[in-house]
Amino acid sequence: MIKLDKVSKRFGTGVFGLSNVSLTVNKGEFVFLVGPSGSGKTSIFRLIIRETLPTEGTIFVNDWDVVKLPNSQIPHLRKKVGMVFQDLKLLADRTIFENVILPLEIAGMLDDAKKRVDDVLQQVGLESHKEKFPIQLSGGELQRAAIARALVLSPDILLADEATGNLDMNTSWEIIKLLSDINERGTTVLMATHNLDIIKNLQKRVVELEKGHVVKDSHHKKAEHAHTEKQTEHKEEKESK
Amino acid sequence: MRYTKTTWRNIRRSPYQAFAAILIMTLTFLAISFFGFLLYGSSAVVDFFESRPQVTAFFKSETKQTEINALENSLQSTGKIASIKYVSKEEALKIYKQQNKNDPLLLDLVTADILPASLEISTIKIEDLNTVSETLKTSSAIQEVVFQKDVIATLTSWTNVVRKIGIALIFVLSLVSVFIIITITGIKISQKKEDIEIMTLIGATRWHIRWPFVFEGVFYGVIGAIIGWAFSSTLILYSTPFLADFMRGIPVFPIPMLFYFSLLGGELLLAIILGAFSSFLAVLRYLK
Repeated sequence: MIKLDKVSKRFGTGVFGLSNVSLTVNKGEFVFLVGPSGSGKTSIFRLIIRETLPTEGTIFVNDWDVVKLPNSQIPHLRKKVGMVFQDLKLLADRTIFENVILPLEIAGMLDDAKKRVDDVLQQVGLESHKEKFPIQLSGGELQRAAIARALVLSPDILLADEATGNLDMNTSWEIIKLLSDINERGTTVLMATHNLDIIKNLQKRVVELEKGHVVKDSHHKKAEHAHTEKQTEHKEEKESK
Repeated sequence: MRYTKTTWRNIRRSPYQAFAAILIMTLTFLAISFFGFLLYGSSAVVDFFESRPQVTAFFKSETKQTEINALENSLQSTGKIASIKYVSKEEALKIYKQQNKNDPLLLDLVTADILPASLEISTIKIEDLNTVSETLKTSSAIQEVVFQKDVIATLTSWTNVVRKIGIALIFVLSLVSVFIIITITGIKISQKKEDIEIMTLIGATRWHIRWPFVFEGVFYGVIGAIIGWAFSSTLILYSTPFLADFMRGIPVFPIPMLFYFSLLGGELLLAIILGAFSSFLAVLRYLK
């Protein structure tokens, strides 16, 4: 579970990246964060993994109070929250296998590490590319490699920042399908995107950001819609009686 | 084990920096090794002279054996004597013949009668030499007293000078090594800035990032120490026959193998300390 409560983030220049944002993502949900560049999507991700601290507000990830988390606990938080970075952040001088095994090495989980990496590479369809270096892969394959690295520790939450950015439509759909499969296996997925075509065709919760504010949340909309429908049904029942 | 793999990868992927670091460490440990051998040699020379009779008292030719025995007993009773040896006229001739065996002319001229009997004395403490010498001079049986205090004092003073110069040289070289390792590690950290950021973002602790750099410093130190030691030891072993000939009579060579391996052990320990210390300083400075 992720919970941001009245979170604001002001940068050194005095500009607000986020302003009074409250957002709750429940366990097992798939949520799209949408909005133009600079709307605060990446800032939310950076706050969740404690890459930066909010100016105001509280953030909870599972049982962790992220704002009050001691520095020594940050690595533990980051092992539970897998992240696919906008710029992928794959190590250029390591093979795909070496990139994917890295979180396991860092966590000291070396038992069965190779098998786990093979499994996750198979899951993202990169098993035949594991000995290649990032420079030898296409954009979609690189995205898959980044997803594989984020998944290898079996995180509770997966954050994907513009995971379909710069990809053609077909490849974008493949990535979305992959993330949906991961979500169906129980991982909470929070994905930032500005690709509205994808969102339109998926029945997922969409949180829209603009200039650091949440301007629309389809979850609430759905809930309101459901509430209104119930009230109408109730009225109709009464009238028929 | 997981850090050594990363360490090895870092070394392999920047060979010129690794070469520079190993080279400076090799120079430092080469100097340390030669200094070690020099110290061993000078100590052996001083020990040799200290173990030789430090005072030789020559008796007048008419001195009787009872007088000699009495003098010997009186010296022993002072408690300052480490060893005392009586050399008769015949033994003195034998020594003389041995020393001049290649010069028949000198051998022909000398007989036992003209060589005096003597007492060769060593004291427990070098500062007692004066007292013993004065005691001997007061004896009516003694013709002349010769002692080597000045030789030993000069040798000891030279050894001390060599020791001080060696320590200063090693200190300066170690300092240079430390600064070079700090600089090289700093450059490596700057080059790996992006990798470090990525590793931090995916959950690496500070020490997970620091250890490979510390191990790298230790690696440079250890390899430098092994090469420096191997080169100097090979050179000393190869030169042993010539050096032994040059130091004729003074038992410095061959240097026992135990000394070689003790020197290696000490150098490895120092290499680990130097390498770890310098790279640790670098990670503290550049990986805040």
